[in-house]
Amino acid sequence: MEQSDFNDAHFLKVALLNKNFGGQRSIIDLSFHLNPKECLGIIGPNGAGKTTLFNLLSGIIPSTSGSIIWLNQEIQKKSAVQISYLGIARTFQNIRLFKQLTVLENIRIAYDTQLTYTPLDALLRSPHAIKEEKKSIHASMELLDLFSMTSLAYEAAGGLSYGDQRRLEIARALALRPRLLLLDEPAAGMNEAEMNKLMELLRWIQKEFTLSMLLIEHHMPFIMGLCNRMLVLDFGQLIAEGTPEEIRQNRRVIEAYLGEEEKNEF
Amino acid sequence: MDYIAQQVINAFQLGSIYALIALGYSLVYGVLSMINFAHGDLFMLGAFTCLLLEAIVPIPLWIVLPLTMITIGFLGALLERLAYRPIRNAPRVSAIITSLGCGLIIENITLAISPYPRHMPTLLQNSTIHFYGITISFLQILVVGVSLTLMLLLDFIIRFTSLGMAIRALSCDRVMVSLLGIPANRIISLTFALGGALGGAAGLLYALAYPVISSSMGILIGWKAFVAAVIGGIGSIRGALLGAYILGTTEVISVTILPSTYRDLIAYSLLLIILVFKPYGILGEPPLQKV
Amino acid sequence: MQQQANKEERLRSPGDAFNKRGLQSKYIVWLQNIGLLLLGGVASMLIPKFFNNYITFVLITLIINAILCVSLNLINGYMGEFSVGHAAFMALGAYSSAIITVKIAPTLPIFFLFPLAVTAGGFVAALVGVPLAILSFKTRGDYLAIITLSFLMIVKSGLENISYVGGPRGFLGIPQLTTLPWAYFWGVLTFWILRNFINSKWGRSITAIREDEIAAQAMGVSTRSAKMMTFVISSFFAGVAGGLFAQQIQFINPSSFDILKSTNILVMVYLGGVGSLSGSLVGAVVFTLLYQLLQPFGVWRLVIMPLLLVLLMIFRPRGIMGFREWTWLQPKESRTKGVDHSVL
Repeated sequence: MEQSDFNDAHFLKVALLNKNFGGQRSIIDLSFHLNPKECLGIIGPNGAGKTTLFNLLSGIIPSTSGSIIWLNQEIQKKSAVQISYLGIARTFQNIRLFKQLTVLENIRIAYDTQLTYTPLDALLRSPHAIKEEKKSIHASMELLDLFSMTSLAYEAAGGLSYGDQRRLEIARALALRPRLLLLDEPAAGMNEAEMNKLMELLRWIQKEFTLSMLLIEHHMPFIMGLCNRMLVLDFGQLIAEGTPEEIRQNRRVIEAYLGEEEKNEF
Repeated sequence: MDYIAQQVINAFQLGSIYALIALGYSLVYGVLSMINFAHGDLFMLGAFTCLLLEAIVPIPLWIVLPLTMITIGFLGALLERLAYRPIRNAPRVSAIITSLGCGLIIENITLAISPYPRHMPTLLQNSTIHFYGITISFLQILVVGVSLTLMLLLDFIIRFTSLGMAIRALSCDRVMVSLLGIPANRIISLTFALGGALGGAAGLLYALAYPVISSSMGILIGWKAFVAAVIGGIGSIRGALLGAYILGTTEVISVTILPSTYRDLIAYSLLLIILVFKPYGILGEPPLQKV
Repeated sequence: MQQQANKEERLRSPGDAFNKRGLQSKYIVWLQNIGLLLLGGVASMLIPKFFNNYITFVLITLIINAILCVSLNLINGYMGEFSVGHAAFMALGAYSSAIITVKIAPTLPIFFLFPLAVTAGGFVAALVGVPLAILSFKTRGDYLAIITLSFLMIVKSGLENISYVGGPRGFLGIPQLTTLPWAYFWGVLTFWILRNFINSKWGRSITAIREDEIAAQAMGVSTRSAKMMTFVISSFFAGVAGGLFAQQIQFINPSSFDILKSTNILVMVYLGGVGSLSGSLVGAVVFTLLYQLLQPFGVWRLVIMPLLLVLLMIFRPRGIMGFREWTWLQPKESRTKGVDHSVL
């Protein structure tokens, strides 16, 4: 089953995707694809539509036109909940944890998608429900252990340090057992050492969970350490695609980042 | 013919009173995005203030009106200072609960002091005017006239004075306004005073038109005006007026067809129906949600 | 080896410690719980025999208040929405159960009649909770509060216009069926079911919705079914409380279910503590006793209660037990020892 997916060209394929906010076009005719087990980096200046793209992929906002094909299914009309069940998980640019809940509860809420008990089981607390609940606690604790956060399990998520909050958000996304992980600036606000640790962690996660990743990031060394291929967005359009080396030398990318004025000076 | 015309005037009179109160709800919602449930009780206090002033010295209407407005305006600002300012940065639920609580406090204090409904003394000789076979009482002209004048005055203040400009700025971005050196707290107090004054005037006019006043007026009539503000789209001045006249008309029509006990049922059902189809009222806009 | 043991230690979930003590102690704890519950039941039967009617009355009121408080806490505390329409659900339960005991089946033996009436009251309230839940899918915050408010007004003025149940004059001649043991039974049932619900995946779903609805959806929380269940369960138990109330007071009229009633329930919720079963219990106890103690103040009592609410909002918005829980109100495997909530 797993193997047959990898041979499929329609792992994730985005075609002519558009998103308009009123009159403003945030994503314009965007097409790209993602291969299984690949880590694809997405860069672009502020307001290029990177986060909007993630919101469209995860079903949080509806697209205006175009198609998103994920594992042979069109998902552009599906809700965020349906998409999370199809194996796409995400983190947010501005960390969105359930702040007043404990670290364990944060993980468990994502893990709950895998529990199979009925509302009646829940209300009467049947043996089946108790078994499932224990399973969920155990699996969540194991996941926390992989992130060496078991000692924080009963802390409120909002009270964690910034780096721990970022890591918890990744752990929470992994609790959904996703095939594709969307990471929105996971290294924002981190120093060099923290960034290296995070890079290690992500590499390890990708191998351990056989994941594909889409990664939005501004920090080039970070993205180059993880991705072999990257996309560059500017004003909602795809302006370049290729290996990090190719992107570095691409004139349009340099223009997009440095502006038209500087072009004449070089 | 006369009957229909009379009902039209009744609807216009009721709508005008609702509009005056609804403006108070909308002003506060515009500036603080909070529902000031206690506003209905300020309206009720307007009627009682007028009664009290008349009981002390019988003074003519043109003096008692500004006095009532000043008193209730002051009470509105006081309410903001004592109850709402401490919780301004608390979750929005706290604000709703606090205003609900304040409304009940005001209502029940009034109830404890004056447990039975009271009669308003007549301030005006009620003469009628005949006009192409239509009878209009002078009182109705007065209620509508005063209401419209006050609404125009408010419109002038909001549009052309610096206070109005500050109020409009506050409703866009409260943090930015204080950074620009505009005394946000004072503007908020003044907004409450403005809303309170209109509510007080409405209370007085209501007491003239329907001269039995009681402590439950705040919920029975004041909340109707709130319904009107929500129907029109709370936070929007034009919406408040639109909602008030829609509600006034609906109520007058329903009272002519059905027993008067159905009044509340009709009004709140109308609100529910409108919210199902237009979740933010007729002229209201949904709040921006950032992902 | 040592490391392995450490890892085991860290991996151990709170429930595991309990399991490892073995079957024997498991049954002992279980018997203890049953024993305590039975003891309460016996006490509820004996109290009316040894103490006067007033004490029994207050205790029944206390239990009804606790049921109202905990069911509203589900919406206002756990889900973080704001409902002021709880008195309407109570009214629906009260009227439906009274219709059954007075008009439909007054001849049925009490042992069947009473649970039937109360359950029916709960179901009618739950049924009416469904459209409200559907409205809450799209609408949140202030506007949902307005919807519940108009819902309350519609139910109240609707009842005033139905002469079958006495109109504005009220519904008279309801038999007094609510005894202390029955009230105790319903109270325990309510708390047990709500405890189960809160510690299930739907319970976690609604706390996630409270914290961040968009993140919750992205994490696969089906917000609609969670909201639906919450509204239905909450209104069901409000209806049950209404049924108990009608059969206790023997007279109900539409104005006993006005906004002041809703406010009183709100006072209990925010006094005891939002998002906490223990808090609901504390809130109901403190409120009920306070309400009785303030009896001599007459109308001024109606001023003191909202004043208390406002002061709470200003000085302690989370209430006495906000977001904290006594361990005996938590299922074994969800217990968390040493949770530090000071950062919240």
